[in-house]
Amino acid sequence: MLVGIDMGGTNIDGVIIEKGKIIKSIKRPTNREDLFGTIWCTLKELLEGFDKTKIERINLSTTISTNAIVEKKTATVGMIIEPGPGLPYDYLACGNENVFVSGYIDHRGNVVEDLNIDEIKDAIKLFKEKNIETYAVVGKFSTRKPEHEIRIKELLQREIKPTPTITLGHTMSGKLNFPRRVFTSYLNSAVHNTFKEFAENIKQSMEREGISAPLFILKADGGTMSIKKAIEKPVETILSGPAASFMGISAMLPTNKDAIFLDIGGTTTDIFFLADGVPLFEPLGIKIGKYKTLVRAIYTVSIGLGGDSAIEIANGSIKIGPVRKGKPYAFGGPKPTPTDAMIVLGFLDNDIFNSMDVKYVKDRAYESMETLGKIIDKGAEDTAKLVLNTMADIIKAKIEQLLEEINQKPVYTIKELLYGKKVQPKLINVIGGPAKVLAPILKEKFNLPCYYPKNFHVANAVGAALARPTIEITMHVDTSKGILSVPELDIYEKISPRFNLNMARKKALELVKENGKNIGATEDELEAEIVEESCFNMVRGFFTTGQDIRIKAQIKPGLIQQLRGDKYD
Amino acid sequence: MIKAKNKLGLVFFPAFDWAISPTHPEREERLLYTQDQLFEEGIEDIEGIEFFNPILAEEKDIKRVHFCVPDVKARVTKSHLISAGGAIKAFQMVMEKKVDKAFALVRPPGHHAQRVVYGDRGFCIINVEAVMLERIRQEYKDLRVAIVDTDCHHGDGTQDIYWNDKDTLFISFHQDGRTLYPGTGFIDEFGGPGAYGYNINIPLPPGTGEEGFLYVLDNVVLPILDEYKPDIIINSAGQDNHYTDPITNMNFTAQGYAKLNHRLNPDIAVLEGGYSIEGALPYINLGIILAMAGLDYSKVKEPDYNIEKLKQPKEITEYVKKVSEVVYNRWKDRDKLYIKDIKGKDYIQIPRQVYYDTDGILEKQIQNYKVCNRCSGINTIDSRSDTGYHIFAITIPRDACPNCIDEGYRLYKHTSNKYTHVYLQDRVNDEYLAK
Repeated sequence: MLVGIDMGGTNIDGVIIEKGKIIKSIKRPTNREDLFGTIWCTLKELLEGFDKTKIERINLSTTISTNAIVEKKTATVGMIIEPGPGLPYDYLACGNENVFVSGYIDHRGNVVEDLNIDEIKDAIKLFKEKNIETYAVVGKFSTRKPEHEIRIKELLQREIKPTPTITLGHTMSGKLNFPRRVFTSYLNSAVHNTFKEFAENIKQSMEREGISAPLFILKADGGTMSIKKAIEKPVETILSGPAASFMGISAMLPTNKDAIFLDIGGTTTDIFFLADGVPLFEPLGIKIGKYKTLVRAIYTVSIGLGGDSAIEIANGSIKIGPVRKGKPYAFGGPKPTPTDAMIVLGFLDNDIFNSMDVKYVKDRAYESMETLGKIIDKGAEDTAKLVLNTMADIIKAKIEQLLEEINQKPVYTIKELLYGKKVQPKLINVIGGPAKVLAPILKEKFNLPCYYPKNFHVANAVGAALARPTIEITMHVDTSKGILSVPELDIYEKISPRFNLNMARKKALELVKENGKNIGATEDELEAEIVEESCFNMVRGFFTTGQDIRIKAQIKPGLIQQLRGDKYD
Repeated sequence: MIKAKNKLGLVFFPAFDWAISPTHPEREERLLYTQDQLFEEGIEDIEGIEFFNPILAEEKDIKRVHFCVPDVKARVTKSHLISAGGAIKAFQMVMEKKVDKAFALVRPPGHHAQRVVYGDRGFCIINVEAVMLERIRQEYKDLRVAIVDTDCHHGDGTQDIYWNDKDTLFISFHQDGRTLYPGTGFIDEFGGPGAYGYNINIPLPPGTGEEGFLYVLDNVVLPILDEYKPDIIINSAGQDNHYTDPITNMNFTAQGYAKLNHRLNPDIAVLEGGYSIEGALPYINLGIILAMAGLDYSKVKEPDYNIEKLKQPKEITEYVKKVSEVVYNRWKDRDKLYIKDIKGKDYIQIPRQVYYDTDGILEKQIQNYKVCNRCSGINTIDSRSDTGYHIFAITIPRDACPNCIDEGYRLYKHTSNKYTHVYLQDRVNDEYLAK
């Protein structure tokens, strides 16, 4: 039995899946005042009547951390930042207190200028005065040599009791991007206490109820991590909602082709892309609020277009969204919406009218389309058709623009420039309220097959339930210095000058597997792969002094099992 | 978040899978550390800085500028088409107003590639900037352009290509040709009869530092540009004047390059040479990018930057001042000098030898420029290489008068058969013939 829970801003969904079949699902409203209570009650209700010892795993997609950021209920963070020379750095001051210290590490990981311990001591004094709760220490090129970050951490630990929460920049990601490393580290410390408290509550509650199944948290990259890992790196739990819905679509409508996934909701449409069945990721990381981060995430673009988007006529043509002004007109809302158009065309089942009077609803929907139609000299039904066509046109225009951007992403080798893969979608999978109605229109506009699943209402929870652990590592080997590093795993070790690309590949795959286990992956989920690799001869004067090897390896997002019996409607 | 004052387009194409040979300075590793620096600084997240991939230059783009012997396919590889294509893309983004300025960090470089191409010289086969500029002129019509070459080596290829083109002012400052490859770039190399005075060389002594370079910029380059009033300024942005460069002897800095670009304010910059790949390029490129984007570059510096050690000796300062004065006065007197040196002649003949250091080829040529009072005049090259070619190349310039066009075709038709190849470059009709 696999249990999946997806908590969104409005609703929380839960499912139980057994042998690839959904055997129970529920949907409840989210109580924003009590997120833990919402999750716990939903979980309890979901598991009622089931043998708790049969649960293999509980996967949870939560907004705990996201919410803490949005509602500004995060801990205070004291930042120690070593910017070194380069860009101006005042804009990196994201913490409650920010101290910029001297010290300089260059791109090869050479210490050019040492730390000034007095500056660190002054910083600690300041943090104590201001009662700072958590800390983050980040240096430019700290991924190449974390020595300064580690020494500052030791000083903080020595001076501040009880042992404080300290995020070190280099552990967040092996990717090079100092500003994002600063923001990611800040967020990680800022949400740490909130997430830890939540995690402990839920662990205790589970123990009380006799639930011993391992608990996993969904990440924005469509994978999961153990609750233990999540406490260390809570920033990874942020914005997992779109990933849940992506994984849900993958489970319900699997594909190994280039494809477009759409989640069309009431307010927004989320757009995803796949290349050979694998999701496209954000190149560096997701944007959380105003912060660009290094948190790996499935590439999603959300546009203000949904079933409840307000419709207006501007310059004789139909304009849908980007805002939602309330319920659809048919249900007593202020503005005509695509949902009204669908009701007029008889595309919606009466059961979604929520026990409202069917005639009243239909009359109001008709009235809304008629009123719009008058302005553009069309009848209600033609107007409704035009609304749905326009909706599909907006989606199509956006997708074309995004595909153009995606296919122009920077490349750095002649081979990639000449022969690199271009994403050319072969099909569209769509979920959400308007999915069934829009599918045939999208099919015609794109001239691509367009599928929608039956059970889309709980797609997010299904996606959460079936998501597997993922991990990504960034390995850098400099044989002339004799150093191998994997910042994400805090590995900095000496290697022989004869270390080569083959050995690096092997080592990277081993590390991915080993750490996959550490975050809770089972043996059969450890499909490690190399995603990028390069190897440069380092020449000084006219002699080769070593090799610079770079490898990215991962366990990519995938499903624990395929969902059965829910192909196309 | 940081926001750029000028919208800047970057074509960053390090060609990580291409080298002249494994230990050659022009190898895969060259822009690796620059990439690390740009990534770590978060350049791609700066609002107003946008990255573009190169396009591929076409064969015709090469023919517009070069006589490749025996033909384009034999001399030019994909890597060259991409390097030129990267520069073209950068320029197109500016012309289409997608960005205010653009910097093409592409390799291999191009400024040693002359009109006739038998092979590789100074790591260059085709002149990336000239191929770029002539393609843009073809797409967007005439532009008055100034190319300022800040590479440590004389941009002899660009000089050769624009020798007789008044609409392309070429200014190169470089380490004195008596002390460095390619051994040219002297003050009296002043342009052909159609553009006498529009080829400006400022040879600088070894050891010139920030003070000297900026003096030349402020006292020669900028005043000349003020008078010339170009539509577009291109910086041929070689980075080997740096104090750490392994194959040159200058003392310029990342700060200096940034200041230079700030003051020069180019519309387009194209990377040329620069082989201190670890200690200089990451910082110079960062400095140039920030300066072009209108951002604060005051905190950019090299790890071993030492202002005292890099201070320019007084005698160099004095020498640079003297050179600057001579050069600027010649520019001011260019019309008088024309009367003295050119007027009354029907043809100007230039016999010269060209050495292809990278490929070890020796070429002997005689260039013949017609002095025409209606256009910049038809010109020809009679060239022989020690690889067995003997070619005759005819150029009908962009502004050619009907007589010069006719003469070009007549020459092409009636060339003696002693040549292995004959080429006609008709820039008026964008036609390129070979036989």
